[in-house]
Amino acid sequence: MTQHPDRAEAAIVVDGIRKSYGDLKAVDGVSFTVSEGEFFGILGPNGAGKTTTLEIVEGLRKPDSGTVTLLGESPWPRKVSMLPRIGVQLQASAFFDKLTAREQLETFASLYGIGAKTAGEYLELVGLTDKADTREDKLSGGQRQRLSIACALVHDPDIVFLDEPTAALDPQARRNLWDVLRAIQARGKTIVYTTHYLDEAEILCDRVAIMDKGRILAMDPPATLVRGLDAPTRIILERGALGLEEAQGITGADDVTEDELSLTFTTRKPAPVLSALAEKGSLDGLQVRTATLEDVFLSLTGREYRA
Amino acid sequence: MTAFKSLTQAGVKGFVRDKATLFFSIVFPLMFLVVFGLIFGNSGTNKTKLGVVGDGPVVQALNQTGVVDFQHYGSLDEAVQHVKDGDVPAMIAESGGTVTLRFAASDQTQAGVVQGLVSGVTDKVNLAATHQKPVVNLDSSQVEDSSLNAIQYLTPGILSWSVATSAVFGAALTLVSWRRKQVLRRLRLAPINPAVVLTSRLTVAVTLAVVQAAMFVGIASLPVFGLKLSGTWYLGIPVFLLGILAFFSIGMLVGSFAKTEEAGTAAANIVVLPMAFLSGTFFPLDSAPSWLKTVSNVLPLRHMNDGLTDFLVRGKDASALLVPCAVLLGFMLVVGFIASRVFRWEDA
Repeated sequence: MTQHPDRAEAAIVVDGIRKSYGDLKAVDGVSFTVSEGEFFGILGPNGAGKTTTLEIVEGLRKPDSGTVTLLGESPWPRKVSMLPRIGVQLQASAFFDKLTAREQLETFASLYGIGAKTAGEYLELVGLTDKADTREDKLSGGQRQRLSIACALVHDPDIVFLDEPTAALDPQARRNLWDVLRAIQARGKTIVYTTHYLDEAEILCDRVAIMDKGRILAMDPPATLVRGLDAPTRIILERGALGLEEAQGITGADDVTEDELSLTFTTRKPAPVLSALAEKGSLDGLQVRTATLEDVFLSLTGREYRA
Repeated sequence: MTAFKSLTQAGVKGFVRDKATLFFSIVFPLMFLVVFGLIFGNSGTNKTKLGVVGDGPVVQALNQTGVVDFQHYGSLDEAVQHVKDGDVPAMIAESGGTVTLRFAASDQTQAGVVQGLVSGVTDKVNLAATHQKPVVNLDSSQVEDSSLNAIQYLTPGILSWSVATSAVFGAALTLVSWRRKQVLRRLRLAPINPAVVLTSRLTVAVTLAVVQAAMFVGIASLPVFGLKLSGTWYLGIPVFLLGILAFFSIGMLVGSFAKTEEAGTAAANIVVLPMAFLSGTFFPLDSAPSWLKTVSNVLPLRHMNDGLTDFLVRGKDASALLVPCAVLLGFMLVVGFIASRVFRWEDA
């Protein structure tokens, strides 16, 4: 579900924030608005300024200029009354020494005056019920990451900030975490998260901002960004499914290339190409690829995306 | 559960479950106490060794003095050889009415002690043999002097040192590791007053110190060591608590500057270790040069040490509270103020 920021109430309004460290302009005039219930992604390679942006929005850093309005108030300086309404997932080591998963959650819950009972509920949400009595230092990387998300949620905040929650996880752990993130959104939370996995953002986010070198280059729902590229579709078959010359004869095929593994059509009219291939019965190993956010990044910056 | 209670509980659990920290803050200082207690515990009753050949009234009388440690040899020549080799400072041989005393010339003091002892005993035996009343009666008994038995100064000394070490390290390393692991950020983002976090850590430090003190006094009071607490030991409590506060604030200061746990450990060691040697923790400062005594007066550990010694073993009255309490309180306020000024939530 995508909500347009103008229509829903804005949870976060960021206006022209800048932050420099010496000569480095970490954040160089960033503005965006996140509406309530939205899943908003900030994407970009390492060093793009995502984390600094997030920290300014959370009220952990003061911007050199520009304003942030979080739930109608400025988050800087520290506003104790606002803190229960925001949840921030920190790096996966932000735990007390030697406590079990359940004890970590109970301790963090107590900081918000919340009883120990909710700990079990959030362990279940992140799929750690069977690890409740395991010490934090004995958990795997993915489990710790999920525990740190549970710790950010335990006081039931309205806005959740997640900084690279899926970084350094194996593919299975990443997918498990996606389910957790979707479950959080289903509870009506506003989620702001950063990632350098463009494919992941495309799947999860209602809207993304692509950042590079401290600036936002583009901001829209992922599908809109991809369509806006007007990039050709690529249709890929197994090599040998069709002769190269026969392939070049198909109507609508703008370009056909062949390598050791594949035969690749590039086309702006995929329908006639696909129906011609279907008629010939040559659909072995069929893959249809449209542009991705990586292509968007390439066209925005003129360079290949490197996380 | 309140934030204070759960943070304190988390701190205690984290401490108890960390075997290495547990060892270094409780077992390690106790080892110092035991080792030093055993080494220095015997120094006061060190007996003079004496080679002995044969037996007789003089040898019997010497044995009864309780200040010599007999080494029996078979012949005069063998015993003399042991003196020459330096195994024993002197030897006596008694046979019939003759007592032969041979001593090594290298140690004049020992030689004098042995000579005096043997001739005194011989005179006594001679006198007894004449059955005459002595002209002069000697009345001798021991008095308590101000210099303390080893365990009496070791217990308050090593206790202050170990409590100070735990407080400095506990505060410094918690602060550094919480900052590095972003636990501080987590706390900053929670609706909690920093004073609550601080007092919960202090409670953990005080709890640990009380456990240390109980174990120290308990073990030192065993008959092997023989610590005797004075009647005013309870006056040591304010000194003890203020000492923890003073050293906790020093730890906060160290933790504000150090970026890594390694740097924090090194810095805390640099602060505490020299102070331990200059404050009379392991040996009394009575025989130290006067400039050293002056220097040690600016050290908080010296005053914690003196204060605890005054009340735990010397039995001083409440008027002796003033100096140690004032110095420790002053340290806590000044260092704590500086630490609060330089405190950082984040590294960058």
